This record gives sequence, C-alpha cells and structure tokens, in this order.
Amino acid sequence: MFEGFEGGRLPAAFMSAGTSSFTEFLSSVGPEMLPGHRLPEGGGTEHLTPDATTIVALTFPGGVLIAGDRRATQGNVIANRDMEKVFRTDEFSAVAIAGSAGIGIELARLYQVELEHYEKMEGRSLSLEGKANKLAQMVRGNLGMAMQGFVVVPLLVGYDENTGRGRVFSYDAVGGRYEEHHHHSIGSGSVFARGSIKKLYRDDLDQTSAAKVALEALYDAADDDSATGGPDLHRKIFPLVDVITEDGYRRLPTEDVARLATEVVEGRAVDPDGPTAPLG
Amino acid sequence: MPFYVAPEQQMKDKADYARKGIARGRSAVVLQYEGGILLVADNMSRTLHKISELYDRIGFAAVGRYPEFENLRLMGVRFADVRGYQYDRRDVSGRQLANIYAQTLGTVFSESLKPWEVEIVVAEVGDTSAEDEIYRITFDGSIVDEQGFVAVGGSSEHVSGVLKDRFATNASLSSALNTATHALARENGEERELEAANLEVAVLERSREHRKFRRIHGQRLTDLIEEGKAGRGASSGSGTTGNATTGGAGESTVGGTDE
Repeated sequence: MFEGFEGGRLPAAFMSAGTSSFTEFLSSVGPEMLPGHRLPEGGGTEHLTPDATTIVALTFPGGVLIAGDRRATQGNVIANRDMEKVFRTDEFSAVAIAGSAGIGIELARLYQVELEHYEKMEGRSLSLEGKANKLAQMVRGNLGMAMQGFVVVPLLVGYDENTGRGRVFSYDAVGGRYEEHHHHSIGSGSVFARGSIKKLYRDDLDQTSAAKVALEALYDAADDDSATGGPDLHRKIFPLVDVITEDGYRRLPTEDVARLATEVVEGRAVDPDGPTAPLG
Repeated sequence: MPFYVAPEQQMKDKADYARKGIARGRSAVVLQYEGGILLVADNMSRTLHKISELYDRIGFAAVGRYPEFENLRLMGVRFADVRGYQYDRRDVSGRQLANIYAQTLGTVFSESLKPWEVEIVVAEVGDTSAEDEIYRITFDGSIVDEQGFVAVGGSSEHVSGVLKDRFATNASLSSALNTATHALARENGEERELEAANLEVAVLERSREHRKFRRIHGQRLTDLIEEGKAGRGASSGSGTTGNATTGGAGESTVGGTDE
C-alpha cells in the first residue's frame, strides 16, 4: 500500500488535522509496519531472537549516564559480540533495552521516531514525564508479545530541562513505569551490576568517574553472569557509554571508553574483586 | 442555471485568485551559504512558523495562507517519518517531498473550485554545496529546481532581483543573512528596516550531526544581523562586494504532474 504513493496521491489521513503521535498515525495508514502487528500462534517461541543483557544507568550532578554491554545471547551461544543496545532517542534522552533483542531494537527505533515526530508536528519537545509515559504505553502495547515469551524492558534516561537534572525511568513488561533515584540496572546481569553500583555510587561524581563506576558495574555483571559481555580488549569491543547533560546527548568516544575500560581490567588484574567500599 | 466557462478562463481565474492571495502576505527567501542553506522569512509571529524542519537534511519554507501550508507541512513530516521508519533515514529525499507537494497542489488546483494560496520551498542540504537541492513549488503544482537562491511570496520578482544582484556563493552566514534581509526589506519596491523581531531564521547546517535544521533567534540573531551590517559596510568600502559570482540563476521548470 505504501509503495502506491510514488505515483498517486497520499491517503487522506496524511492531510487530516489528526494526531501528533507517529505510532497512532502509522496504525491508521500502515499497521503492518508496527512491531508486534501479528502475534505468533502457539508456543515454542524460545530462541527466535537473541537476548540483550545488562544495562546500567546513574545520575551525576547536572546529568545522567547510561551504559550497556555488547553481548547478545541465544541460550548458551553468544549470538552477537558487538550489539548496540543503547540508543539516542532525542537531544535530551536515551533508551537502552534488555530482553528479546529483535523486538527491543524495533521498539527503540519506533520510540525515536515518535519523539522526533511529536517535536516536529508540535514545534516543541515532549516533557521528560511525557516521554516516559509514552514509552510506558509502547511497552504495554507489546504485552501480547511478552505473553508469548518476547519480553522486552527498556531503561529510559533523560535530562530534565525544567529542573536541570538527570533522571532515570525503569519499566516492567506490562508498562509499569518507575522513577529510579540515583542509579538503576536492568537485564540478566543487573543483580550483580546493581550490587556493584550501589557500593561505588556517590552523589558528587563527575562525568568521568560516573563512567568509571558504570564500567566497574558492567565488569561485575560480566564476572558473574555468563550472558553479559565484559570489555573485550583483544577485539577492541567496549561497552557503549552515553551521557546527557544540559548540552545535550553525547556518546563517549571509543578511545575514552577504551582507556577507562582498560584501567578497570588492569585494576582487576591486581584485585579481581575490584575496588572496595570503605566500611563505617 | 449553469453557465459555460471556457477551461482556459477557469484556470486563469483560479491562478489570478491564488496569486492575489499569495501577494497579500510577506515573502520568504532560501539561499546557500558556506555552511549549508539559510532560510529566512518575514514573520512577526513567534509561534506560527513559516519555516520548519521536515527531516534530517530537509527544510520547508512557505508563504501564503497559514492553514493551507501548515497542512502541507504536516503531510510532509508524516510522509518523511513513515518513509524513514520503513526504510532508512538516508532514504528520505527532498526530491520525493517536492514531488508529493507538487502532486498534491496540482490536484487541488485542477480539481477544486478554490486553489490553495501557497507557494513553498523544499530545501535539502547535501554533503557538499554542489549536492544541495532547492525546489520551489507553486500553487498550481509546478516544480522549479532552483540554483543557489530562491524567493517566494507576493512580490518575489522584486526580492529575487535584489537577491540575484547580491548573492555570492560561499558567503558567510552573516553576509548571507544580510543579503536575505536586504532583499526582503525591498519587497513591493518599498524600503524597510527589518529587525530580529520581524524575522524567522533557520539554517540547515552541513556540519551538524543527526538533524541539520536549527532555528536562529534571540541574541544570536541580533548579533548575526549586526555582524552582517558591519561586514557589508567594510566590504563595500573596499569594493569587494560579492555580486560578481552569482551561483547562476539557471532554472529548469518541470510540469506539476510530471513523475
């Protein structure tokens, strides 16, 4: 149906005053393009798409940071070593996914268009709460797929221009939205990452130390969770680290992450359990 | 009791009607500068935009009746976003959008009693200035592939004339803005002084990542206007005003229903 546009006129929906939501619009003109359009019949859906694993996020004064490992697994097999699971969604937000990779990537892509579409249609961006709620709706829209085994949960971080600070929102599979304070982690290695980050987090971290904390947490996740990938010095594959501040979104250059990750790995060569938090 | 009206007369009446409507509003100009494409409109409103972003590399400028071109803008944004989502972000082009607009305007012009009183520009910034594309689409659905600069609106001939004299390839942003405001200020043969508050200015910046479109307003706009005036004064003093190297005003008109 969309191919037909080339020669003829666009369907009337394109010209109607209608909605500023891209998903809503697409569901009226091309629902087959939306993720989860056709639900699979019956069971046995395991291993159809690999799983994306660990994500950590933490705030620091004036901003927020999100980092993800690069591994995707399919059962005991490593499906992908350099997968990207952290996405820039607009100038002041980023989203990362854990769970069914195929569905998650599509969700992130759609969410990205959704935010930008709203901004262009309305001439202004959604508020950070608005963005968080919109994502909750989209996750809820995936509930049917989640019931079939394709569970995907995002982690949203953003810089709140109204209050001038970074914020973190987590979700459950039915679209429940929870604001997290200071830090959070999702995915298979999140239990270990959360323990690690809890001990290393301080509320006066600068950007570089925040990145270091995230990398230590991801290392701990990789240490104890087989589905999470650690920094791969030989292949030069390092976690992705995205930072959002007043100046907008920025992905840390690979060299910087490589340097920090190498420091972490070298530190572990001396002390395999990593830095310890002072007692008392 | 229906009267017979010759088709030629009908079309002529519609065209006159549209032209009159468009002539009531102020003009807009789009031109290349060293860092990309500059879009400038004479617009008092802060919120009812004549210039907007369609996609990563593509901007939109319009004159005429606001609700009509706003409709076209929304259509363009929807089309571009669906295209980009369906394929890839690089697969959305200014040419596609210009064609869609031309078809829509062409159909409205020939099929409905009242033509739309709008004239629009679709500009796409390329990796180099040679790859920049600027299309002008008129109320009857004709597309013109413009080179270097274009003016749309009521007395666009006047404005184009001034632009043609002053346009220089690879001008700096401030001097391109100076050229644009100078041209807009001479609409209808009058001479006005255009201030930051009267102008809506945006650029498609070649070097920018992701989305190239950026609005320029407030202090930055005032500074640029001042800088342009100062630069103008200095360069005309030394006799190096850049009207010798126009980017060529060559035009190739294509019928509105083509493609």
